[in-house]
Amino acid sequence: MAANNLDMKIAPIEGIDRISRSRSLVGGDRTFFGLTIFASLLLIATLLALIVLLVVGSWPNIQYSGFNFTTSANWNPNITQNHPHEEFGILPYIFGTVVTSTIALIFAVPLAIGAALFIAEYAPRWLATPVSFMVELLAAIPSIIYGFWGLAVLVPIMYNVDLKTGKVSGVDAFLHDVIGKVPVLGSLFSTPGNGRSLLTAGLILAIMVLPTIMSVSREIILTVPSLQKEGMLALGATKWETIRKAVLPYAGSGIIGAAVLGLGRALGETMAVTLVIGNSSTAITPNLLSSGYTMSSSIAQKFTEAGSDPLYVGAIVEIALVLLIMTAIINGLARLLVIFSTSSALRGTRA
Amino acid sequence: MEQARSRALDAGVSPRERARFAVRRTVNLVMAGLVGLAALIGVAVMLFILGYVLVQGWQALSPTFFSQSAQPLDFDAKGQPIAGSGGGVLMSILGSLLILGLAALISIPLGLLAGMYLSEYGHGKFAFLVRYVADVMTGIPSIVTGVFVWSLVVITTGHFSAWAGALALSIIMVPIITRTVEEILRLVPNALREASYALGVPQWRTIVKVVLPSAASGVITGIVLAVARAGGETAPLLLTVLGNEAINWNPSQPTDALPLRIYDYATQPYAVRIEQAWGASFILIMVILVFSLLTRIATKGKKVG
Amino acid sequence: MDNTQIKEAPQDASAEGYNTPVATGGKSMEIRNLKAYYGSYLAISDVNMEIQPNKVTALIGPSGCGKSTLIRCLNRMHEVTPGAPRVEGEVLLDGQNIYAPSADPVKVRRLIGMVFQKPNPFPTMSISENVLAGIKLNSGRLNHAQAAEIVEQSLHRAALWDEVKDKLGKSGASLSGGQQQRLCIARTIAVNPEVILMDEPCSALDPIATLKIEELIEELKAQYTIIIVTHNMQQASRASDFTAFMLAQDGPGHLVEFGPTQQIFTRPTQKRTEDYITGRFG
Repeated sequence: MAANNLDMKIAPIEGIDRISRSRSLVGGDRTFFGLTIFASLLLIATLLALIVLLVVGSWPNIQYSGFNFTTSANWNPNITQNHPHEEFGILPYIFGTVVTSTIALIFAVPLAIGAALFIAEYAPRWLATPVSFMVELLAAIPSIIYGFWGLAVLVPIMYNVDLKTGKVSGVDAFLHDVIGKVPVLGSLFSTPGNGRSLLTAGLILAIMVLPTIMSVSREIILTVPSLQKEGMLALGATKWETIRKAVLPYAGSGIIGAAVLGLGRALGETMAVTLVIGNSSTAITPNLLSSGYTMSSSIAQKFTEAGSDPLYVGAIVEIALVLLIMTAIINGLARLLVIFSTSSALRGTRA
Repeated sequence: MEQARSRALDAGVSPRERARFAVRRTVNLVMAGLVGLAALIGVAVMLFILGYVLVQGWQALSPTFFSQSAQPLDFDAKGQPIAGSGGGVLMSILGSLLILGLAALISIPLGLLAGMYLSEYGHGKFAFLVRYVADVMTGIPSIVTGVFVWSLVVITTGHFSAWAGALALSIIMVPIITRTVEEILRLVPNALREASYALGVPQWRTIVKVVLPSAASGVITGIVLAVARAGGETAPLLLTVLGNEAINWNPSQPTDALPLRIYDYATQPYAVRIEQAWGASFILIMVILVFSLLTRIATKGKKVG
Repeated sequence: MDNTQIKEAPQDASAEGYNTPVATGGKSMEIRNLKAYYGSYLAISDVNMEIQPNKVTALIGPSGCGKSTLIRCLNRMHEVTPGAPRVEGEVLLDGQNIYAPSADPVKVRRLIGMVFQKPNPFPTMSISENVLAGIKLNSGRLNHAQAAEIVEQSLHRAALWDEVKDKLGKSGASLSGGQQQRLCIARTIAVNPEVILMDEPCSALDPIATLKIEELIEELKAQYTIIIVTHNMQQASRASDFTAFMLAQDGPGHLVEFGPTQQIFTRPTQKRTEDYITGRFG
């Protein structure tokens, strides 16, 4: 209704009429409304352009590589004697993306839920606010600084060589020595590398997605109606039992949504990963201590090589397209879970 | 006394139940400890990273670090780079300012307008679509945005430029500003809009002169945070502005930026360059932290309207 | 052609239009067959009233009877809130239909001002800026002397001048509730309306502040036509010349009885009016 006065046509003015529309008033409203609509349309147009351009840009390679692009492990952009044709297969990059993101979630989710519970349920207000602020501050640190810190601090923790004795120490060596010989599980740590590995990248990603998962989980935990909790406490349940039986089931799908949201962030993360993942091996191996690539780090590493080769440019653009599709699916899923969870929590309060 | 009371409460409880209660109590305590530990780890990691960057970076700062652009390293007789050589990062600071300034010029008006559309006019299906698109766009990995602008601008024009970087950052900033502005304007009480309408003020003037000023602090916070976030973005800049060792004010030329300079120096084999990378990290993180803290203080306890 | 229109409207954004509030005197209003729908739900049915110029007309009735909806329809305020009702019928201001297709709701609201339930001074503006808000927001240009005169005159008329003359630069929010409400009235007066609508203007105020507003209403009616919604029957009987009683029992809100206040309160013609004013329901 508010917009109606904008849509109405200026009626012909009959006689002298104090309340009739004059162009000066209606025009201003209409122009302003038009501007806001224009900005909104531009937003939509940008997203459309982004999707269309990624598809158009990758078209040469879609035609050339077809499904091999995502199923092949061979990446040979230069024609040599051994490789008479250009080959673009990004399976190892997809693998690296999935593995590092999974590692990130394995570490970040329990920590994030713990911290969220601490802030929402355990800590007194004077403690909860600063803790929450400090954990959320992790989200303000730029990705490049995580990468640099990871390279300077985390990589030496994972892998360290004593220059005099040549003795290798560090987390990687420890994992290899302790778990490396265990069947099945040992294959994850079968061959230590130089500390720049899928595992290191996963750990950095874990720190980076921690604030996202933590703050969304905290918001969801806070929506759990206190009636539910009080009911459990009145039955003689301990604090933990209350959380396990009343809070977590209630917040469950929302917390999963928060984790998936973190996954979405981890999938697309570039700079931090690029600096600590090694960017060398394209082997698909269960060995987490091996170096590798993710889709985004491969873009950052290779886009300068593409030059004016339309096929190579197409391949780079198509990596971005595949990454976009993956994150779109993941983010959509996360949003559904969070919406579902908060709406069911709201239904609970009304009931 | 305390014991006596608990004994009285325990009266008639079988030893088995008492044992079960002890287990439950222990589990409760252990879980409380674990939950506290998780929070502690989160805080500790933050302090570790922040502290490390600040300490390392502080040592790299010097007047020339701010006043000079990149210079070639000087080497001593043994072939080692001399500490303090290599110039500074002036070109990166100015480059970041140029790119962010251009990006702000594009994205603040657009974000404000779209945000005002959503909060003041947006009730129907189109508004739902706009809101949805903005949310989808905030979830797009920044490297994808970078590839988009790279293929749109860099590949077609044949060269990297500050404009391309600003465009990429704008695509990241506009949806953030839009949604923040919307949420903040929604907090402005309707009574103020009505007061203005009742004085015969048209809707657009009401929005611009009453609604927007009432929410000014929140709107500014949202914009500052969006700019701060864009200021730390590296991946899209890598693909669009490339970097430049000299000061550049021409938006259609390759330009330097702090995050790019960190990336470049962090991977060099010379300790002097690494130290400069820490210095650049210090500047970047301080700017972002100061903005985050200031906006946090500015909005603390203040209700909009 | 448009220019002549603008000149005709003294409230327009040209500088000449804004002078010290020289009230042109209240104007009559007439409500003809007014209906308001929320979707397909009829909230108000067929209200017909003739509102006398320079008189105070009170709208009373139990909550939910549609009196607040009705008063918002009298200057098209209802159109700017989301979920607005749809209105049929005519409302004439001095013989001109404000719902005519050619009518501009913005201009309508300049001629028919409104004061709200809760005082709503603009929190980012000072007291004098609040008074000038209607002019400044329409970017009317004023020199210092003009501005000062409008502020003083309007605050005088709103019986607030003596209390705030030393702190005109302070925020409007620093005043007490009753003072804030009189500031809102001053703000309304400053744009020279012909009719002032008041939607329960005292419901958020204490008895002393209420009394002051009532005295003010009595003074204002010399220059303006006033329509006031109130749930307080004493207020209606004290402050108004005409009273309209509305009810929404068993159907949409409608006008039960309308007449001189004294008659409505002493010898109502309708049983339901009598029941209401003697406190038997509502």
